[in-house]
Amino acid sequence: MEPEPSLLAPSEDLALVERLRAGDEEAFEALLRQHQTQMLRVARMYVSSQAVAEEVVQEAWVGILQGLQRFEGRSTLRTWMFRILTNIAKTRGQREGRSVPFSALAGDDLDAPAMEDSWFRGATDRWPGSWASLPDDWRGIPDERLLGQEVRALVGDAIDGLPPMQARVIELRDVRGWSSVEVCNALEISETNQRVLLHRARARVRHALGGYLERERP
Amino acid sequence: MSDVTDVSDLTCREMVALVTEYLEGSLSVADRARFEEHLMACEGCEIYLDQVKTSIRVTGRLNEDSIPLEQLERLTSAFRSWKHA
Repeated sequence: MEPEPSLLAPSEDLALVERLRAGDEEAFEALLRQHQTQMLRVARMYVSSQAVAEEVVQEAWVGILQGLQRFEGRSTLRTWMFRILTNIAKTRGQREGRSVPFSALAGDDLDAPAMEDSWFRGATDRWPGSWASLPDDWRGIPDERLLGQEVRALVGDAIDGLPPMQARVIELRDVRGWSSVEVCNALEISETNQRVLLHRARARVRHALGGYLERERP
Repeated sequence: MSDVTDVSDLTCREMVALVTEYLEGSLSVADRARFEEHLMACEGCEIYLDQVKTSIRVTGRLNEDSIPLEQLERLTSAFRSWKHA
């Protein structure tokens, strides 16, 4: 089956691949800066230590360079790169005797709701399931407060505290702006799992942000 | 069929549970219409949706991490030897 046109590599990807094939060091360094940290985090989910994750990523880069001649643009470049990475990381993890413990939803209590009961009226209320009181309205908060260094550090900490797969999904989707299809392919998870993970991750970030905005109300 | 005067058959609790599916565009046409119908009539859910969108916007402004120089040099030299292979 032919992939949908929207999933194919954009022309920037093809141009970048041409530069890499020609040995353009600047292009390679830009690619490294863009993806290295995230590649390490993804690798780290499958292997036992940071040192092994670094080896896996190094091996992945070698695989990427060797495979460049064969890259046909049937997916975006980053999806293709992360698929190479994930395969190497999985193999390495299995060899280490980690029987892929980090399935998509590992470390995540699926029964725990992403919301709190106290937000809503109870079953005996006249309007069960409606807001018990209105949520805080953030619409008047100026951007300089919302987008300042303090809030960004807080959101970064909230993401670091998430179960690994939730953190990877929100980083790729909301920090880096990948599409859901790209994230599913790169992390080898289903659309449904991706959505559940994103929902939970965003709920936690919203909660952390809400706690801060309430505490620091001017 | 009688016209129901309530906001819609979705509760606010259900709205909160569906918010990501709504934003992802993965609700069915009928469910999307129910969601939007509720949203038009419910201030709490309108505020909540704005909170979620604001969180996403703030998350989008996180700083990219920098790579340790040692890794950068090791990989760039791997690139150089690949180039000359």
